[in-house]
Amino acid sequence: MFYREAGQFKTSYAADQQIFPIRQDRVGMALLLAIAYGVVPLIGNDYWFTAIMIPFLILSLAALGLNILTGYAGQLSLGTAGFMAVGAFAAYNFILRIPEMPFLLAFVLAGLTAALVGILFGLPSLRIKGFYLAVATLAAQFFIEWALIKFGWFTNYSPSGVIDAQTMTLFGFALDTPLEKYLLTLTIVSVLALAAKNLMRCETGRAFMAIRDMDVAAEVIGIPMLKTKLLAFAISSFYCGVAGALYAYAYLGTVEPQAFDLNRSFQVLFMIIIGGMGSILGSFLGAAFITLLPILLNVVAHAVFGGAVRTAILSNLELVIFGGLIIFFLAVEPHGLARLWHIAKEKLRLWPFPY
Amino acid sequence: MKRDAFKFYGMGLALTGALAGALAAAQVRAAEQFIPMLSYRVGPYAPGGSGFFGGYIDYLDMINKRDGGVNGVKLTWEECETEYKNDRGVECYERLKGKGPTGGTVFTPLSTGITYSLIERATTDKIPVISMGYGRTDASDGRIFPYIFPLVTNYWSQNTAKIKFIGMREGGMDKLKGKKIVNLYHGSAYGKETIPVLDLQAKKYGFEVKHIEVPHPGNEQQSQWLEIRRYKPDWVILRGWGVMNPTALKTAQKVGFPADRIVGVWWSGAEEDVIPAGDAAKGFISAAFHPSGRDFPVIQDILKYVYGSGSRGNMTDQSRIGQQYYNRGVIQGILTVEAIRTAQEKFGKGKSLTPEQVRWGIENLNIDEKRIRQLGAFGLLQPLKVSCFDHEGGGAVKFQQWDGERWKVISDWIASDQSIVRPMIEESAAKYAKEKGIKPREGISLGSDCGHYSENLKKIVSGG
Repeated sequence: MFYREAGQFKTSYAADQQIFPIRQDRVGMALLLAIAYGVVPLIGNDYWFTAIMIPFLILSLAALGLNILTGYAGQLSLGTAGFMAVGAFAAYNFILRIPEMPFLLAFVLAGLTAALVGILFGLPSLRIKGFYLAVATLAAQFFIEWALIKFGWFTNYSPSGVIDAQTMTLFGFALDTPLEKYLLTLTIVSVLALAAKNLMRCETGRAFMAIRDMDVAAEVIGIPMLKTKLLAFAISSFYCGVAGALYAYAYLGTVEPQAFDLNRSFQVLFMIIIGGMGSILGSFLGAAFITLLPILLNVVAHAVFGGAVRTAILSNLELVIFGGLIIFFLAVEPHGLARLWHIAKEKLRLWPFPY
Repeated sequence: MKRDAFKFYGMGLALTGALAGALAAAQVRAAEQFIPMLSYRVGPYAPGGSGFFGGYIDYLDMINKRDGGVNGVKLTWEECETEYKNDRGVECYERLKGKGPTGGTVFTPLSTGITYSLIERATTDKIPVISMGYGRTDASDGRIFPYIFPLVTNYWSQNTAKIKFIGMREGGMDKLKGKKIVNLYHGSAYGKETIPVLDLQAKKYGFEVKHIEVPHPGNEQQSQWLEIRRYKPDWVILRGWGVMNPTALKTAQKVGFPADRIVGVWWSGAEEDVIPAGDAAKGFISAAFHPSGRDFPVIQDILKYVYGSGSRGNMTDQSRIGQQYYNRGVIQGILTVEAIRTAQEKFGKGKSLTPEQVRWGIENLNIDEKRIRQLGAFGLLQPLKVSCFDHEGGGAVKFQQWDGERWKVISDWIASDQSIVRPMIEESAAKYAKEKGIKPREGISLGSDCGHYSENLKKIVSGG
């Protein structure tokens, strides 16, 4: 009923090929963007922008990057945080060393640098796959972290290895309030998410999926293995690199290589597993689940038990509930939260008369 | 119908009245000082977090119970779990900064990483951050970091004291010439931080220093210690953290390096660092800016007022009271309360102070020996005098040795060598100011003397 398509006729190729072929989806998307751009800035406060929305959006972007590689192209990677680190430190160095460098351009260059590094560490994917590839990309994670600590040049010889993100200036206008940073992050993430959605509908995306589903068959039908796999690594790392730059500039303000340790890689991997492999929406849902749920649990626990129960018990309880929920959701739907949403949509299409 | 409407309005009126009453009541008992706690009680560093924040909270609780607060102002607090992660720390900071009648008074994250993430935020929000014995070393220059206080002592100061201590053991600083020292450091921002100051001292005193990195988390050090054995150093500086410390001690024993030639930092010098190493830790020396033990009157007061008569303190395991992390938390409590007291002298007693006013209190802290005795913390705390020019205040370090049962203090307060540390701090801070476009405070600002800049530093700041 809610998703009834009756009466929606596609009379041109353009109409048939649009991103959201169903009107309800288009309206929903427009509404979502209107809320993100119009309502959230009005009702949100600093806490919401800096502690909730910005990290959620940035990690969604990182998850999206990994999803392109793992979910769509089937190349398991544990180097996500490493590529984020490349993005963050590259953006810092571009702005530091090239005078008058606009930060948006620096972000793009940071993404491209991460893409280059990604290609380098994607080379083993031509020979190995699955868990073996995951171990090979682990090398990227450790190597990048080590290199950033080892060579002082990357951090401009800061004694502790921590960099301070410069102020972002756009046309002489400094983006330094939480609201401005939120809007900047939202815009970058929206544009890149749209690009990813489109990418997956075109030839490249289909080649990715063909390789994921069966690489031998894909090669037989003429998909160039070398080019496609490395392209997947490049695009994925580009997304992660931009996410890393945003993490340093729009979120924390100062960043050390340890912010991008193996745990962060795992965190992003769990996001796409819980959110849904091979799904744009899944990246966002997974990021929300992994980053926001612990905070929610913490806030709720304090509101309910604050004062009555020892904080150490509350903190442990939070981890227990969080872990329990992960198991619950994976048991209910191994394909992730995005799959749950699809099932809901199917049900809504038939509601209230399921056959 | 009409009567219903009347009733409705009546109820509304009553509600409004109740609300107004509650607000008035809130105003009457408004003399509260809210202290946010970015604590961590789970994760790999939980032993440190639970001890430190346990001591901190117990001290505040004791002040409330014994003195009825600071000049009648009740201290309140709320904890937020950071898990020692930077992003969770930022979330907690944002959540707690606006709470209480005047907002979060002072933040104490007990994490170098979180401190770094808060520097700019806290400066914008005008909320002080105390990073006692950790955090950004060059923030000791208060002219450029007005809201950051690495109180008591910082990493670089500690290092100069450590070399002094080694010199004393060798029988004089001139005996250091030709000696070999290994700096075994944790592969992180924290671990790296003392490399430049050690290099500088090596040049000054003529000893040889070799930096050996242990990758995080540090539970595998076989190759590093074999390298140390081959190098045959006279001393090993253990700049460890968490699991790296007991592993280092155990591996040292395996390769036959004597424990009493290893000098740790204060993050290697808690009970949690040596007990897991067992026998191997016997004789290990570490720096400390305060001793362990519960013989101090202030700890006795906590036991009496907080844990006495069946009431419940913050520590579930009461045997940890008086250990390193707990006592460090108590010192944090003393500094916070004294800062509030100092600020109340200026801005009015019995009132809730804003974070900005408390910042003034921290910057004008002057805890002399007499005051330390009054506080019941003689021997626990070193005299402290903070100013705009110097946000460190103290800088002295003690050394302690593990005898297999407890930490024994083996030195008096050893003053740091500010002739090495201060220029490094000023240069590094000036570099930060230049990168960020910060204009340093000069002369008399906010009631405290900020000193004057040397021409050289002025040049660095202005980009010359």
